[in-house]
Amino acid sequence: MLDVRDRQLLERVQLGLPVCSRPYAEIGVAMDMPEVEVIERLIQLKQKGLIKRMGVIVKHQQLGYRANAMIVWNIPDHLIKQLGQRISQFAFVTLCYQRPHQAQWPYNLYCMIHGKDRATVLRQLEQLSLDCALCDFEREILFSLRCFKQRGAIYQHSASDLKSHE
Amino acid sequence: MLTALHKRLLNDFQRDFPLSSRPYQEIADMLGVSEADVLTALTELNDNHYISRIGPIIPPNQLGVSTLVAMSVPEQQIQTVADKISAYAEVNHNYQREHQFNLWFVAIATNAEHLQCLLNAIEQDTGYSALSLPLIDDFFIDLGFKLDLQHA
Repeated sequence: MLDVRDRQLLERVQLGLPVCSRPYAEIGVAMDMPEVEVIERLIQLKQKGLIKRMGVIVKHQQLGYRANAMIVWNIPDHLIKQLGQRISQFAFVTLCYQRPHQAQWPYNLYCMIHGKDRATVLRQLEQLSLDCALCDFEREILFSLRCFKQRGAIYQHSASDLKSHE
Repeated sequence: MLTALHKRLLNDFQRDFPLSSRPYQEIADMLGVSEADVLTALTELNDNHYISRIGPIIPPNQLGVSTLVAMSVPEQQIQTVADKISAYAEVNHNYQREHQFNLWFVAIATNAEHLQCLLNAIEQDTGYSALSLPLIDDFFIDLGFKLDLQHA
């Protein structure tokens, strides 16, 4: 589905679109691809769902959304898809994933809420729990305390890069 | 201080960013300002760290394999351990959270073998065990985040 050039283009463009008059042309120069091809490929990637959205990626923290909670539930497997899809509909939810149960960690459904403060996030979670009937499931709320690193996904590194850490 | 133009740029262009030769001109036309105004305002948003970038959100596991990792680290060690983990290029998010599992990071690798290698290296490097929680399903349809910027 993805050819080598799509892959290279995504790796390049996810570092950030240049802020200049012809940004796609500039990306094209860097990877020896005509501007029209850059644009056409990005349109195709978006249509195929390989780009979820394209645009401004905001920093919540800096914009006054200082409380960030990861909420995890232990949900029976047969209910998880339906509940995950419902949780995703709430405007204050910024991520919603299924991950495996583990011996030390029984939770399998994850969602992230960004809010202006803790009280707001807890209120929103209360609303979510009532509306989606989540109250009976085992749950934990993990507020973030510190962000050590945050940036876009970088995919191009190979296993050999690990050597530099040994 | 955010201007009206900053706020429009932050809220209205998180998705469907123009895919055309002059995207900033297109945005400028929609907002009734000049292309130079848009370029200046976006540069300011960038410089002040209100935006991390303009770019695509790619669904997980399309370009590589990723996992969320939890670690339980004594409070007095957390900065040192976190710094070691952040130093890996494959780690893109790294947070301290309120829990016994207090360090949470996302690692992305080219394939499963690379990912396993990375987790082994991190365990060896830090001396703490890494609980890997790889993605099974992603329910989130990302349409951007509606910001309330009334007081910003």
